[in-house]
Amino acid sequence: MTVRQVVVIGAGPAGLAAAASALAAGAAVTLLDAAERPGGQYHRMLPEEYGAARPGRLHHGWAAFERLRRRVLGHPRCTWLAETAVWALERPEPGHPGLPLVHTLTGPADGTDRPRRTLAPDALVLAPGAHDRVLPFPGWELPGVYAAGAAQALAKGERLVIGDDVLLAGSGPFLLPVAAALLEAGAGVRAVLEANPPRTVARGWARRPWELAEQPGKAAELAEYTALLAHRRVPYRMGRTVIEARGDGRVEEAVTARLRPDWSVIPGSEVTVAVDALCVSHGFSPQLELPLAAGCALLRSPAGEFVAVDGDQLTSCPGVYAAGEITGIAGAPAARTEGALAGWLAGGGDPATPALRRVRRNRDRGRAFAARLAAAHPVGSAWPGWLRPETVICRCEETDYGTLCRAATEEAGAAPRVAKLATRAGLGPCQARICGPTVAELTARLSGNSPGCPADGLPVAAPHRRPIAQPIRLGELASSPAPSEPDTKESTA
Amino acid sequence: MSPRLIRAAADATGRRPGRPLRITVDGEPVTGIAGQSIAGVLLAAGRTSWRTARSGAPRGVFCGIGVCFDCVLTVNGAPDVRACRRRAADGDVVTTQSRVEVADGDVAASQSRAEVADGDVVTTQSRADGSTDGAAGEGA
Ligand SMILES: Cc1cc2nc3c(=O)[nH]c(=O)nc-3n(C[C@H](O)[C@H](O)[C@H](O)COP(=O)(O)OP(=O)(O)OC[C@H]3O[C@@H](n4cnc5c(N)ncnc54)[C@H](O)[C@@H]3O)c2cc1C
Ligand code: FES
Repeated sequence: MTVRQVVVIGAGPAGLAAAASALAAGAAVTLLDAAERPGGQYHRMLPEEYGAARPGRLHHGWAAFERLRRRVLGHPRCTWLAETAVWALERPEPGHPGLPLVHTLTGPADGTDRPRRTLAPDALVLAPGAHDRVLPFPGWELPGVYAAGAAQALAKGERLVIGDDVLLAGSGPFLLPVAAALLEAGAGVRAVLEANPPRTVARGWARRPWELAEQPGKAAELAEYTALLAHRRVPYRMGRTVIEARGDGRVEEAVTARLRPDWSVIPGSEVTVAVDALCVSHGFSPQLELPLAAGCALLRSPAGEFVAVDGDQLTSCPGVYAAGEITGIAGAPAARTEGALAGWLAGGGDPATPALRRVRRNRDRGRAFAARLAAAHPVGSAWPGWLRPETVICRCEETDYGTLCRAATEEAGAAPRVAKLATRAGLGPCQARICGPTVAELTARLSGNSPGCPADGLPVAAPHRRPIAQPIRLGELASSPAPSEPDTKESTA
Repeated sequence: MSPRLIRAAADATGRRPGRPLRITVDGEPVTGIAGQSIAGVLLAAGRTSWRTARSGAPRGVFCGIGVCFDCVLTVNGAPDVRACRRRAADGDVVTTQSRVEVADGDVAASQSRAEVADGDVVTTQSRADGSTDGAAGEGA
């Protein structure tokens, strides 16, 4: 009998757990990640060259992660492909069975002449994670304004401190670990601003407080961060946010204001603070390009669009599983549980194994936690109130709000896809990864449609549809794929 | 103050002082340590921005994880390298990029046109005005 070949894309908490349980189920696993080291965003590892003696000092659950990493990467049936980006998933011809082919490039990020490979898996686990969602505000394009994850990644991944007068703003519990990482690294943190008022946050959690208690790891972690902020006298303010960044060539000041529960600005509540860095996060956007390329259906939830999965983490495409933040935002423990379930089933494990009962229960708790999180930290509907006509919406093309308003209210601008062409919003190098959901939301509102509602029979523009998931150079595209490796099944394509 | 690297001696992770490396940025030498990303080297050297957007506005790191493409620069002749994702290598020749439009509508880049054509990066962007949209329509 030939061994089942599972390809796992992404080696964060979800992907690593998926690889482990696919191996336990008896499959051969190819685990790949664009990064040099596994761990994903949560267990982002320091570069090997740093020779850190105590890397675990920056992490929760480090010992367990190290054990898992060694077990998976050292497994005889596991092929670990580091620095390997999936640049495309190629669907089989309509009507033909089979899984998408996985096209990869291995080598330094955005390098040249990176060897190309094509993998033909029997089952696929998608675990590419998410990135910060940042809502635009005047001045957010100034250098020194960062997505909160950037500050976290630089502190945890390279030991770089972004500033000494740092203000954190936005919404969601993720602001807390970022503040903790900055404090640990020696940065000065002025304050952490949660845009939602205490009432919204409390109501979100209070309805089913046990759902927080059922993520004991997460609850303890959050309690620890809160205690740290108190100890270091960093104020945590609710119902206030940054509505403008100012500076000459880089951020020098932030204007904060009190918000009503719908995030409309309370006039007269503005305060100007001197900062040398500003970190913002309004939640997370899942990396949907690979699931969409595979043909996976999406699910719209109050927190945004995610990959739709069934009780087995199976997507709408046979043989394609999804795990982690692309199915919902619930943190690392939930991502791990989803990965464990997806990997086991992708690897051909028995779906009736008694041990799966606990995994499924934990997964369901993770999902409930995601729903609570979304309810406790919603994005208030009145946020566009802080935009001005000249506020940049699409960072790449510098399309401003005024232009978007004009395009959307003109007849032809009724659908996001048309607005995109008329304004160039979303057509820059990031391919709408940053502004896509925002442009779709603003356009829909301005033209009087509910978000995602097709106008005049046009299909909805999918802000995440990117046939090329990661940049590839013409020279690389023209070269032939690298020869097969002994333990990785490759297609002849 | 500007961004800075935590001193090895004060670092709770007990990291080694680090092997020094040197890159050039638009001809000027900039030093860093092995393991840093190019963005990390530039930030620690006090540069918070290096790219110029169409309007002339300065840009540097925004997302820090390879999503926003704000931080792109040219490395050893290859354009559009994400500085936050690329490890710095000793001797890297880095040039900054600009999207400022010049009179004839061309995009002025600080590297030569020939290099741009050579290392052209394929993204859906190049098909944006027609075929991307077709793709966006299908089965959404
Ligand atoms: C910058 C950042 C920092 C974060 N820090 C924390 C934190 O400190 N604490 C916390 O509780 N939560 C943090 N989070 C939230 C975090 O995303 C989750 O808690 C957890 O890491 C999710 O696990 P995951 O496995 O779903 O995804 P991730 O951990 O994001 O892992 C996904 C992996 O897939 C890889 N990948 C994606 N696309 C491709 C591709 N096309 N080809 C190859 N590889 C690919 C990525 O390189 C990445 O390593 C952070 C999020 C971000 C964006
Ligand atoms: S900072 Fe966003 S891609 Fe580098």
